[in-house]
Amino acid sequence: MTDLAANDPLPKPKRDIAPVLLPIALALLMIPLIGSTSSWLTLTAASLAMGMMIFIMASGLTLVFGLMDVLNFGHGAFIAVGAYVATLVLAPFAASIQADSLWINLAVLAPAALLSMAVSGALGLIVERVLILPVYGQHLKQILMTTGGLIVAEQTLYALWGPQIIPMPLPASLRGSFILGDVAIAKYRVLAMLIGLAVFIAIQLVLNRTKLGLLIRAGVENREMVEALGYRIRRLFLGVFMTGSALAGLGGVMWALYREQVHASMSDDLTVLIFIVVIIGGLGSIGGCFIGAILVAMVANYGGFLVPKLALVSNILLMVAILMWRPRGLYAVTSR
Amino acid sequence: MTDLLKLSSVHTHIGRYHILQGIDLAVPQGQVTMLLGRNGAGKTTTLRTIMGLWQASSGEISLAGMRIESRATPDIARLGVGYVPESMAVFSDLTVKENLVLAARDGPLDDTQLDWIFGFFPALRRFWLSRAGSLSGGQKQMLSIARAIIEPRKLLLIDEPTKGLAPAIVMALIECLKEIKRKGATILLVEQNFFAARELGDNVLVMDNGTIVHRGEMAALAADVPLQERLLGLSLEAHQ
Repeated sequence: MTDLAANDPLPKPKRDIAPVLLPIALALLMIPLIGSTSSWLTLTAASLAMGMMIFIMASGLTLVFGLMDVLNFGHGAFIAVGAYVATLVLAPFAASIQADSLWINLAVLAPAALLSMAVSGALGLIVERVLILPVYGQHLKQILMTTGGLIVAEQTLYALWGPQIIPMPLPASLRGSFILGDVAIAKYRVLAMLIGLAVFIAIQLVLNRTKLGLLIRAGVENREMVEALGYRIRRLFLGVFMTGSALAGLGGVMWALYREQVHASMSDDLTVLIFIVVIIGGLGSIGGCFIGAILVAMVANYGGFLVPKLALVSNILLMVAILMWRPRGLYAVTSR
Repeated sequence: MTDLLKLSSVHTHIGRYHILQGIDLAVPQGQVTMLLGRNGAGKTTTLRTIMGLWQASSGEISLAGMRIESRATPDIARLGVGYVPESMAVFSDLTVKENLVLAARDGPLDDTQLDWIFGFFPALRRFWLSRAGSLSGGQKQMLSIARAIIEPRKLLLIDEPTKGLAPAIVMALIECLKEIKRKGATILLVEQNFFAARELGDNVLVMDNGTIVHRGEMAALAADVPLQERLLGLSLEAHQ
């Protein structure tokens, strides 16, 4: 049998580490500009914690974008719903939340977060079946439907809980900071970093070590061919959509605890950040989303510290800069 | 010879365009049927319609006596139809191994089948853990075909496998498809390369403007230069 070009040289695969180096370079660049090492460390820790929370909320959306080609402008609804569900669970356990034991605090927080994820995931099921299914492949209608869905969700939350801001205090054991010399790093930020990292590792393991992950990665690249291989990708879409919604719910709980408050339109500002992260990361790329979230948080924190007046536009400028460098995002996955 | 695949009066519309205009064809079991025709004749649309990637507007498609025109693409694939698209459509972000793991949907990769495939395509063994996106065009085509034959399939739909490949790789690919044919595969093969068609085909169908304008034995068409020129606008001699 002829050796079908077996000896043709294979181009060496390029390891694209430039995007990974970007946040590191940005952080190092900030040291002389910020001046004080302790301020720099505090801001960097704040950026990483904020970045992890944004990553958790954005990771589902980027897969939904990449795999399903769906523009879900209603993603923020899952964030708010997740946070409100957590208030329901935590309210009867106010005493446990204020107990001075980390384990008692976590014993209440963990079920609250899990229930929030379950409710947001279930809401995702309804949204996908009712709002998204009829408009697959029609971007304009997707925007209209999901934006409408977001408005309905927000108004429903207002109707059920009222317009007031609901306080959501941090558990007693997560208040305060770890003090390392003259550097203070808030305990909750450390927890947020750990959870974000765990979610990132879990997603990476699923995507790279399981057949389900292979299907998702292949589906992001070419849905049609996945179907031609005999896989029912619509079911996969639904699973990814529900998982993305559940992660948004988890992100909502974490953000509410970070801000120590919940309100129906809490996701409005976040949605802009999440879309920036998804776009600069590259649609469908979890790695890009992770780096994008850290970059967005760094720009917000460093920018807010150095040039407060630029804070409002700093992330838009970041997006413009990244897209000028890489028009399809840091890691382009899908050709759409 | 039993017909494995039959299309009767199949029409396909894509948007406002009426592409397939009443296709009637049969693909006999265990044979290679070539589907020839000029660009835009409807060959790719025929394969995509069989695969369910574009829904037939009307008509009947049956596979081993079972109607499939209303079935979804994954269901048609699970009935034992392998598809190699014109674009090859390898998953470039996945490794060669991962591409084949996905294609082997009924379980883990079968070592015997894998060795058989490596016999045709040694490059796939060599680049087993390389990203498919980094393969050359010919190697991607090998992977695309390997994906379709990693598990036994009743029918293979292959769309222009030689397109854009260097002559040496085309010859090797023809040898590979001959080997697959010797194993008794039933193949419906779209091809613009008349030389490849002559080498591989038992039967031939020629399409023009969304209809079948000629059907017969490949050997007869290969021997009839005026007919080739009338149907395809090109003779085999000119093609060589």
